[in-house]
Amino acid sequence: MYSKKLRVVKNVEVIPGHRLMGLEAHELAMAAAPGQFLHVRCSETLDPLLRRPISVCLADRERGTVYMLYRIAGKGTELLARVKKGDFVDVLGPLGRGYSLPQKGDGVAVLGGGIGIAPLYFLLECIKGIYGPDTDGVSVFLGAAAYTAIPVLDQVRAMGFSVHTATDDGSGGFKGNVVQLAEEVLGGRYPDRVYACGPLPMLKSLGQALGDHPAAEVSMEEHMACGVGACLSCICRVRAKGEEPEYAHVCKDGPVFKLRDLCLA
Amino acid sequence: MKLEVNIGGIIMKNPVATASGTFGFGLEYAGFVDLSRLGAVVVKGTTRLPRPGNPAPRICETPAGVLNAIGLENPGVEAVVEKYLPCLKDYDVPVIINIAGDTVEDYASLASRLDGCQGVAGLEVNISCPNVKKGGMLFGSDPDSAAEVIREVRAATRLPVIAKLSPNVTSIAAVAEGVARAGADAVSLINTLLGMSIDIKSRRPALGNVMGGLSGPAVRPVAVRAVWQVYRAVGIPIMGMGGIASASDALQFIMAGASAVAVGTANFVNPRATVEVLEGIESYLLENNIRDISQLVGAAHQGI
Ligand SMILES: Cc1cc2nc3c(=O)[nH]c(=O)nc-3n(C[C@H](O)[C@H](O)[C@H](O)COP(=O)(O)OP(=O)(O)OC[C@H]3O[C@@H](n4cnc5c(N)ncnc54)[C@H](O)[C@@H]3O)c2cc1C
Ligand SMILES: Cc1cc2nc3c(=O)[nH]c(=O)nc-3n(C[C@H](O)[C@H](O)[C@H](O)COP(=O)(O)O)c2cc1C
Ligand code: FES
Repeated sequence: MYSKKLRVVKNVEVIPGHRLMGLEAHELAMAAAPGQFLHVRCSETLDPLLRRPISVCLADRERGTVYMLYRIAGKGTELLARVKKGDFVDVLGPLGRGYSLPQKGDGVAVLGGGIGIAPLYFLLECIKGIYGPDTDGVSVFLGAAAYTAIPVLDQVRAMGFSVHTATDDGSGGFKGNVVQLAEEVLGGRYPDRVYACGPLPMLKSLGQALGDHPAAEVSMEEHMACGVGACLSCICRVRAKGEEPEYAHVCKDGPVFKLRDLCLA
Repeated sequence: MKLEVNIGGIIMKNPVATASGTFGFGLEYAGFVDLSRLGAVVVKGTTRLPRPGNPAPRICETPAGVLNAIGLENPGVEAVVEKYLPCLKDYDVPVIINIAGDTVEDYASLASRLDGCQGVAGLEVNISCPNVKKGGMLFGSDPDSAAEVIREVRAATRLPVIAKLSPNVTSIAAVAEGVARAGADAVSLINTLLGMSIDIKSRRPALGNVMGGLSGPAVRPVAVRAVWQVYRAVGIPIMGMGGIASASDALQFIMAGASAVAVGTANFVNPRATVEVLEGIESYLLENNIRDISQLVGAAHQGI
């Protein structure tokens, strides 16, 4: 785990309202795993005070660069958007538990809703590393409100995966959401490995579609303060044994959880 | 240079501690901070039985502060004694357990359970938590009920007893006098200020528990004022906290009358905040040719 000011090597718009930031970070690039996140200070002043959790979107180990793909969502990410190449950003990480990687040959379905593609991009890059050119068994489902609002779609295609798209307005691919799309394409037969990240309603409907799938993994979001398991603020409900609710902590036990362990209702 | 301070019988090698609930059990930050450099580690609020805490969202950022409604999630005193305390014994640092309860009996039972427990340097009695339905702040909002809790805790343990005071009262000095008379060895202040925020998109309270406790730099002037008043009211040592993020912040508390300080919310922003506060205090003493930190305690009261 590192706490460092890192030099920004890139901070560019990829589609309206979404940006990609590259940071020079050799140790971090070596240490980061897909699904893990960075806790980023968006300003040196006391307002906004807290760090913002942003997934590692890619770790280029050879160049020693770590990338974050982020959506401008409010005060903090707006400030992040203004950071220039050559500036420094204070980053804590890599934090949390990421996705468990498949073994070569496992059937895989990857579902990303909107900015949910961010951690999945790194995962797909790792899957490509494991599988080599033969990625026939890997299906990728990406969705957003409109076709032009799916971030880094071309880059995912360029990796060589077969990508299916879903849009709310029908402007590209399937009209509907990614879970409905995956249902239709896979005919209800989900492969050994399912990975997802996206808004809560999407994860809920995936939970309903998958039932008790033993290996499906999803990344969760919750407001965070410390990012290291100390403040106990970032809870999500997990299946409890008794009457009392049971909580896990997204920053430490997650952000990636087995879908069947979660209580998303 | 002498940095050592004595907080009601707890010898701290320097005046910088961690604020309960913001530093876990210390281990979460051990990768960033050598815990042995700290004056004391104050761990998360502990109750008799395990508690799941409040529903989400538990935290909400506000200007230069945070509102939290964790609701005392903790594994219960037995797990703290068996699981967490042993991990801290490798560090050369006094461990202070923050205790909380629904009833006076809960506090007394925790105090007697922890009495004589290896690795416990003292108790911080949380009579000021704004985030639980029973107990907590209710006890701390009135000098008599605050004194009653402290009297029972005092009777149940030989450990040093620190009463943690709430700022959500008319006269914090009166509560401090009450707990001092009841046998508290020291006081710590402030706990969080009761606050609230509303999400205008959903038109709902921003926190799952509706109200929460405000902490961070936003509350600092309130905390410095509280330390100032309590210093004038009682003779027992004060551990000051509330929005400390730098050495200059900490020095304000010391000059207002705190013998020690605790760093809370600032840990979330800068995981090395505690040691940076300590190093800054050391530089200040050096630059100003002060040999003993105790010379600064209450310095701002001179002539007033
Ligand atoms: C593990 C994890 C990974 C994430 N990865 C990415 C990513 O790769 N790309 C990306 O664009 N976004 C990601 N997010 C969401 C991102 O953290 C929020 O969009 C961001 O914190 C918003 O900050 P803001 O100041 O712009 O918005 P504001 O609304 O002004 O933020 C106010 C407060 O709410 C918190 N907050 C608001 N939305 C969220 C949210 N969705 N999740 C958690 N906290 C929130 C902020 O951190 C801040 O404390 C991730 C969230 C988590 C928990
Ligand atoms: C997330 C969080 C959890 C806290 N939990 C406790 C607790 O369990 N017991 C307690 O006495 N105080 C608790 N506090 C209060 C702090 O110890 C401290 O008194 C307060 O936050 C003011 O200091 P600060 O502004 O430096 O954070 C908590 C504060 C925060 C922010
Ligand atoms: S953010 Fe503090 S415990 Fe997760």
